[in-house]
Amino acid sequence: MKRILLITAVFLGGPVAVASTAVDELMNEFRAGSAVAFSAERGRELWNATTDHNGEARSCTSCHTSDLRKPGKHASTGKPIGALAPSVNPTRLTQRSEIEKWFGRNCKWTYGRVCTAEEKGHFLAYMRNQ
Amino acid sequence: MSKLLMVLAIAGTLLGAGAMVYGDAAAKGDDNHGKRGHDFMPVMNADYQNECGTCHMAYPPGLLPARSWERIMGGLEDHFGDNAQLDPVTHEAITRYLVGHAAEHDGSRRAAKFLRSIPATGTPLRVTETRYFVKKHDEIPEHMVAGNPEVKSFANCAACHRSAERGIFDDDDVRIPGFEDARF
Repeated sequence: MKRILLITAVFLGGPVAVASTAVDELMNEFRAGSAVAFSAERGRELWNATTDHNGEARSCTSCHTSDLRKPGKHASTGKPIGALAPSVNPTRLTQRSEIEKWFGRNCKWTYGRVCTAEEKGHFLAYMRNQ
Repeated sequence: MSKLLMVLAIAGTLLGAGAMVYGDAAAKGDDNHGKRGHDFMPVMNADYQNECGTCHMAYPPGLLPARSWERIMGGLEDHFGDNAQLDPVTHEAITRYLVGHAAEHDGSRRAAKFLRSIPATGTPLRVTETRYFVKKHDEIPEHMVAGNPEVKSFANCAACHRSAERGIFDDDDVRIPGFEDARF
């Protein structure tokens, strides 16, 4: 079973991973600021983790849901957000400035601080193969 | 690829210019009650649409005075609870657009009414706080807005004003989700 999953993951993830040089560039830069290797699994854990803001639980999933292939919804305004997964939305993760802008804004909303290079590397490792 | 981008850019500019001419004409001759008239100049700034309109409707700048837009743009690190910070170049461009098309410069009767309802000493950060807005929505019960999951807030103009994105806020255009039979 594990092997089938692995083969499926490689098959699905392969072409997407090649598509984004922006992600490759950023991950290389983040690697310089990280003591650990980036892991999609760790990225998935971070994606689904919640932090407490005066009793309000916040998470990436608050707006984007736990399935990146599905559309999300802005937590306070309700405005629809297109799916983040490059496999269903090929424009995602293609522009460095967009990636950096949204890390900047959304890490501050979710964690109340900027994300570390290590966290961003894990996130990208997870997101790029969705 | 770059040729394609250039063609798209030119097409975008032409469309933008067309919209500007049309917006100006509509704003000048508008009595705000005609079905085709705009209540405000439609938003036609790509930076504003992209950067602000991703999370909420890109509100017509004519809804608030210039001083309100300046204050809103000065506090994007805590923008109604969200971080909405922009790079300095985009920040400057959007501020210039909002201030330059604010209620004082919009030219429509609707913008003038909003402006008149705001005390000279006031700098509202929310359109929903202005006296004109409150007066225009006082007949809408709470359960149709805050208690309505498809609306959630009076800030969500386009949930009920179906042509809000085009600067049209005519009563006849209003449909409240879940209360489609209600007329105003």
